[in-house]
Amino acid sequence: MSQIKTLNRREFMALTGRAGGVLMLGSALGGMGLSVLSSTASAMPITKKADGLGQELGAFVTIKQDGSVDIICHRAEMGQGILTSVPQIIADELGADWSRVNAVLGNADPKYGNQNTGGSASIRTHFAHIRQMGATARDLLEQAAANKWGVDKSKVKAHNHQVTYLDKSLSFGELAEAASKLPIPDADSLTLKGSADYTLIGKEDVALQGVEKIVTGQAIYAQDIQLPGMLIASIERPPVVGGKVKSFDATEAKNVLGVVDVIRLKDRSFPVNVKPMSGVAVLATNTWAAIEGRKKLKIEWDHGANESHDSEAYKKELIKKVASKGKEARVEGDVYAHKFDSSKTVEATYTVPYHHHMSMETPAATAVIDGDHCRVWSGTQAPQWGKTLVLEELGLDPKTDYDKVEFNTTLMGGAFGRKSKNDFTIEAVELAKASGKAVKVVWSREDDVKHGFYHSTAANYIKAELTDDNRSDNWIQRVVAPPIAWIFNDKTTHLTDGDLSLGFADIPFDIKNLSCETPEVTTHVRTGWLRSVGNINNAFALGSFVDELASKAGISTQQMWINLLGEDRTVDPRTEGFKGYTHYGQGDNKDYHLQIARFKGVLKEVVAKSGADDKLPEGQGWGISVAASFNSYAAAATKVSVTDGKVTVLEMHTAIDCGLVITPDRVRSQMEGAMIMGLSMAMESEITIKDGAVVQNNFYDYPVSRMPQVPDLHVYLVKSDHAPGGVGEPGLPPILPSITNAIYHASGTRIRDLPIKKTLKV
Amino acid sequence: MLKLTLNGKALSLDADPAMPLLYAIRDIAELTGTKFGCGMGLCGACTVHLDGEPIRSCVTPLSAAQGKEITTIEGLANDQELHPLQAAWVANKVPQCGYCQSGQIMSAAALLDKNASPSDSDIEEAMQGNICRCGTYPRIKKAIKEAATNLQKVKA
Repeated sequence: MSQIKTLNRREFMALTGRAGGVLMLGSALGGMGLSVLSSTASAMPITKKADGLGQELGAFVTIKQDGSVDIICHRAEMGQGILTSVPQIIADELGADWSRVNAVLGNADPKYGNQNTGGSASIRTHFAHIRQMGATARDLLEQAAANKWGVDKSKVKAHNHQVTYLDKSLSFGELAEAASKLPIPDADSLTLKGSADYTLIGKEDVALQGVEKIVTGQAIYAQDIQLPGMLIASIERPPVVGGKVKSFDATEAKNVLGVVDVIRLKDRSFPVNVKPMSGVAVLATNTWAAIEGRKKLKIEWDHGANESHDSEAYKKELIKKVASKGKEARVEGDVYAHKFDSSKTVEATYTVPYHHHMSMETPAATAVIDGDHCRVWSGTQAPQWGKTLVLEELGLDPKTDYDKVEFNTTLMGGAFGRKSKNDFTIEAVELAKASGKAVKVVWSREDDVKHGFYHSTAANYIKAELTDDNRSDNWIQRVVAPPIAWIFNDKTTHLTDGDLSLGFADIPFDIKNLSCETPEVTTHVRTGWLRSVGNINNAFALGSFVDELASKAGISTQQMWINLLGEDRTVDPRTEGFKGYTHYGQGDNKDYHLQIARFKGVLKEVVAKSGADDKLPEGQGWGISVAASFNSYAAAATKVSVTDGKVTVLEMHTAIDCGLVITPDRVRSQMEGAMIMGLSMAMESEITIKDGAVVQNNFYDYPVSRMPQVPDLHVYLVKSDHAPGGVGEPGLPPILPSITNAIYHASGTRIRDLPIKKTLKV
Repeated sequence: MLKLTLNGKALSLDADPAMPLLYAIRDIAELTGTKFGCGMGLCGACTVHLDGEPIRSCVTPLSAAQGKEITTIEGLANDQELHPLQAAWVANKVPQCGYCQSGQIMSAAALLDKNASPSDSDIEEAMQGNICRCGTYPRIKKAIKEAATNLQKVKA
């Protein structure tokens, strides 16, 4: 997933409409080939909105005639709460009354900056620039008031939805029109609030945007788009990645009442990118007819080269691969010159299966083409990237024809990384073009499960020798997994530096002789970003291994972590043998360098608050782990019982240090969600592949946790003055090892191969 | 013509009687608060009330709803006021993505109609058919209890 680089002056000007500019999408995760979008940002004149209902003050803020304020959330909402957090930051800087703020989801438009919502990046990479957006609008209102009163702008102050000077005040609504006629202030002239003056940022009592619409069924998701005369499309896709339609017979399908058309989708070749590959679509007047018609299709497939893929055999291959030296990602000292003392050495291999996002809302998108104008509605994490793909699909030039595509975003019913890929959006556009009708593509649950972009199955190997003071000076670790980069370049044979920066080669330990390696691998399925990505398997391996080292040393797991982490210090892996470290897109930003004290801080917090160092009755155990990801630090403590080979999770606790907190409740909700998703992943979820095709179908064979399986959850926010870190993903990595470590301490059973259900009853 | 009552309004449909109620509600009546999640009655996202009973509309054919009263999330509240469950959902900031919450609330409403003060295990029993992938279960539980308390206060 990608982030915009820190906003520079030129980009600020582009956003506020002073000058055209070029906004670049770059990839944070190591050259995964996200498209580069070059577009002259449309000038943002400060004019009346076309509907005459309000005054735009910059790209993000519109003051309505009734004085209420619409604030754009330019990032995609998938449940993480950004629809609240972005407007909250802007409203704070603006001095708005939150009860009069209405969040509006921004459509794909480069004037907002990067909208590619992933990598837990919305706050950590946009905080500064969206504050400037709020400050710009505030400055215009203050200048308008100062002009009316004939005083200097420095004498007036915007707060609580009005601008005041001595005993005079004017409401935002009263000032909007005059403010809209003023020139946009220079970015350098704006003064941002100090943290002591925040009225909304970090406050507990901020109401969530959009929640009443959700509980009354009025919220609009991609599945809910309705257009006049719209057809619903249900698509039979090749069961194997790279497969194509050999032949098909649609006669019976066309006889189903309500079926209007059957259209064969284009065959597209490797690399698969994020586009559909092939298929046959049944278009009907309602969803049921489309589904019934599709059941009657007779299709003969050419499965292609990946038909031989079998995930069980593949996993065995991965295990074999990590047993031997791989391509070096990071080397310090010379661990291969060291002769390991087997009495002090621990060596283990950990494996995770493919995983699926399993968002409650399956993918959906709607498109309609009218002349040379295309309108799209999609539930995607990547609206601008999606728009570029739509332009390409229609043979339009992104430079000259950019406005010929209107790309509307909707809420997403969960996404977790899946909906960064716009394959379903392209399907809708392809079918709208072919049929000449408005078409909504809806995926069934089986479509979603069988045609995902899965979290890569992975094998991690670690071997380390303990020193006499229970640290380590000699450490070898390897990871192998089908790289996500393969979807963009099918010649890719290794995990990239970006992949290896996700809790692997950025290992923060103070180790004299260290080798981090990745063996060569071949790829046969579409893999993709899934909440915390490679951190899932890397943190499972490291978190388990530290627990194994602690047992070997006869000390607590917490103490083992503290010993291995070493002295409190700042760690930049690039200066410690890992030149390719991608730092979650933060480059040289020192605010985000790894801080050993912050690892220890969350670990100590979670142990102290949970009581994870307490003695437990026979058959019960605590497990702990800690991980840094997306510029945040999270530690987990889980309590389980194991009785007659059955695991019951009794309590789960998470402590998070994500730097400055914007919306505390949404940080808690993301930690709660990460605990439950981690529970599902650890205990019972897995995607397996047989004869090249996904075996699982629906919730009955890709189970996720239900209410009775979920224990009491506890979240601790560690107070932090650091720059804001990620929130959506960092909660997940420590959860899996905290559960398996707890099982070990309860029962003596060490789980190195997930899910747990393969070893114990869950 | 199939005749049913949807949120108190009479509805005549010229549709396949085998069509699951869900698609009639969403595609024909254009009430999209009721969601598709699995198509097999496994996840509860499509839960509506049929004569007051919670059912999975994705596996209930229109023929089975003939002549019956259907209530969807859009028809749960009286007039402009939120149902106590909806209010408790807002107060406890339950939703994350929100997609499953219509079904969660409809299942919870059916529970409270029968059991005015459900225990933890009553709630788990009634709600285990409703999946939330975002992980809002602890808050759902809390909101149901709060709504139950508020409903009793109203009655007292």
